[in-house]
Amino acid sequence: MKIINCPLNGPRNASEFLWGGEVKEMPDPTASDPAAWADYVFLQENEAGIVREWWCHLPTAFWFIAERDTRTDEILRTHRPSELFGKRRDFAQPKPEEGA
Amino acid sequence: MAEAVHASLKVHRGIMPFGLIKYGLRPWRSPRRVLPRAQELKPSYDIVIIGGGGHGLAAAYYLAKDWGITNVAVLEKGYLAGGNTARNTAIIRSNYLTPEGVRFYDESVKLFQSLSNEFDFNILYSERGHLTLAHTDAALRTMRWRAEVNKHLGVRSELIFPDEIRKLVPCLNLSEDVRYPILGALYHEPGSIARHDAVAWGYAIGAAARGVELHQKTEVTAINHADGKVTEIVTNRGRVRCGVAMQAVAGSSSVLAKMAGFKLPIRTIPLQACVSQPLKPFLDAIIVSGSLHVYISQSARGELVMGGSTDPYALYSTRSTLDFKEGLMAHMLELFPFLGEVKLLRQWAGLADMTPDFSPVMGETPLENYYIDAGWGTWGFKATPVCGKRMAETLASRKVPDILVPFRLARFEEFALVGEKGAASVGH
Repeated sequence: MKIINCPLNGPRNASEFLWGGEVKEMPDPTASDPAAWADYVFLQENEAGIVREWWCHLPTAFWFIAERDTRTDEILRTHRPSELFGKRRDFAQPKPEEGA
Repeated sequence: MAEAVHASLKVHRGIMPFGLIKYGLRPWRSPRRVLPRAQELKPSYDIVIIGGGGHGLAAAYYLAKDWGITNVAVLEKGYLAGGNTARNTAIIRSNYLTPEGVRFYDESVKLFQSLSNEFDFNILYSERGHLTLAHTDAALRTMRWRAEVNKHLGVRSELIFPDEIRKLVPCLNLSEDVRYPILGALYHEPGSIARHDAVAWGYAIGAAARGVELHQKTEVTAINHADGKVTEIVTNRGRVRCGVAMQAVAGSSSVLAKMAGFKLPIRTIPLQACVSQPLKPFLDAIIVSGSLHVYISQSARGELVMGGSTDPYALYSTRSTLDFKEGLMAHMLELFPFLGEVKLLRQWAGLADMTPDFSPVMGETPLENYYIDAGWGTWGFKATPVCGKRMAETLASRKVPDILVPFRLARFEEFALVGEKGAASVGH
């Protein structure tokens, strides 16, 4: 793997990119237990096969998603994150009930 | 026999080619058979060890030697010690950062020192002294920290400065007119190298001689478990039942753990290394630079054994890249400019089990009778004896010894990591 096809910048040298690890489902920031966070932060599928992961084109700081085969070192497809993440995530804490 | 060889060579001196062929075909010249012939798998064993590398073989050896347990099978997918055991750069040291790490690796260094005598087989253990170079104030601070932790635990480590470094390694470029001048170094006197495959063979021969079965070309394809216990291990050569099982398959740890039904905090990332053509001995010490992402030592054969940081992304392939060599050599030439004309002889890669805290994972798993020895990243070879000995103790007594407890798998869900990033490898 020497060239990576960035969805924003087109084919660029692999040395311009940073690997960001597996795409994972983030636990609900307002309601989840420490075990779910430990799993999210530390545990890895570490699949020997086709994986979906984050990559960043460093000069333009553009994050995108790639499907890559970890046995053959080939990227099968790259796409913008909006394909998977269509909705804006709300990090606001729920407001305490009035009078509570 | 030596006399017989001498006599036979003398007789055939006149007709050398024929003499050589005859000499080569003599039956007494055939090598001593050290491992018993392959046999069928038995239906059941007291203990099954998955993985016939240094760690698995060492565990089998100590199970037989220290605990008298010989109804043991080691299952190896390929050939003995064909994985990371033969792909590391054979450095042995205990100058770690955390007290847990220093204590653990120090026990390993002490076991290594007597291993040749114990095996009656030379593992070419060679004490060289180990220098970790510091090129920044921050690195100097970490070196001093490591030296103090080490000394507190009885491990010989000192922070030294360029005048002393010059005495130990006269050929090192200590000029200030380089991109990253050397400000100091952590000097670890017991730092050593050894012949890594000899270590594995020593353990294999010792284990087999005591009755342990070593099954090569035996790949585990499934691990059947019920009610939180392993019931049966399925291989390409048949099924085996076991009282207790252990996996020691660094590089493929996640794949095997998935068969047993749990996830690991591990990413499989290649680590590349290379050796140069043989040169006359000039480099006694082992030189490491975390900031420059390089380490180098000279083997008994005169080859320079060189390595750097792990690859920039996860991969289950031992392919080679030019990026790695370019990055490594650019820095190597700053430390040793006179190596510019030296040729590379061989290069290779191994699959490293990288953990978030740069410490291994040893001990219990969610399955009651299944133990793990994984997460060996770039620091596995130096731990071979202590890991084998202590994992054998774990398997035999079914209790994890205190020295292994900090490295338990459960430390991640307890957020109790053992941070060794500053001492375990280069390139961060």
